[in-house]
Amino acid sequence: MWTFFHKLGSPPWLYAISGSILKYLLPATLLALGVGMVWGLLFTPPDFRQGDSYRIIYIHVPAAAVALAGYYVMATAGAISLIWKMKMADIAMQCCAPIGAALTFVALVTGSIWGKPTWGTWWVWDARITSMLILLFLYLGVIALYEAYDNKAAAARACAVLSLVGTVNIPIIYKSVDWWYSLHQPASIKFTGESSIHPSMLYPLLLMIAAFYALFACALLLRMRAEILDRERRTGWVRKLLEADAV
Amino acid sequence: MYFHDLHSALHMDGHGAFVWAAYAITCVVLLLIVVAPLRRRRRLLREMSAEARRQRGVPTQGSEA
Repeated sequence: MWTFFHKLGSPPWLYAISGSILKYLLPATLLALGVGMVWGLLFTPPDFRQGDSYRIIYIHVPAAAVALAGYYVMATAGAISLIWKMKMADIAMQCCAPIGAALTFVALVTGSIWGKPTWGTWWVWDARITSMLILLFLYLGVIALYEAYDNKAAAARACAVLSLVGTVNIPIIYKSVDWWYSLHQPASIKFTGESSIHPSMLYPLLLMIAAFYALFACALLLRMRAEILDRERRTGWVRKLLEADAV
Repeated sequence: MYFHDLHSALHMDGHGAFVWAAYAITCVVLLLIVVAPLRRRRRLLREMSAEARRQRGVPTQGSEA
């Protein structure tokens, strides 16, 4: 257990292992995304009440779910970097923020586009939407705060504290559709009890959710690799890597 | 396939513009978060190998700015 933890903290090990993971994970993810999108767009029946506009669900729900999960990843990495001062955890936290922001942006934009034909408006200050907007600002806040410091260690500490404080928002987002009665529909997929969605729509949705999670993992690893390379450019193992590359 | 021709797939009973626009925006953003770090890594590797070559006294290939 501890040796694994040690390895995780080692830049050359993480760089090497992420490279061999990505070789398989990235093509598989892109394939799953492509299949899921075509399935959702062209091969599923329309919703009996919303018609075809509901097809946005196949990108909206996965983007929102992974935007929330990504926040947990960022806050966990922040906590680890705060407690053990692990450099790799700091890099992971910093790399989560732009990906999470991008996914939150996708969730908000696709939700807005879905809202127009369904609710008759692009935007409402409803609890779910407002708390998602706060999530976007939290992600952007972490990015901005990191850039604001010259000292990387101080930046890592400040960002970790901000992301940990921000976790308060996540359960609020989850529960917002139950606590406040609003325009946004409640969850259709439930872990306990019967899901209120037909299997012909459920399977492509589950595929897309899995694909979005995998995409988050790919994007995070890709970002971390670039960041590791940048920070370790003066070290021996990067030099060796370059020599092997040049041959 | 659910739609019987291309027109009905694009039109989607009047919802087509919304649905296709949402998918297009999503594809662009998803592509960006994958391609941006790949490009950064390639740039870094190029920079660093050029630097290493300079240090070894070997002239860099190609046109120099």
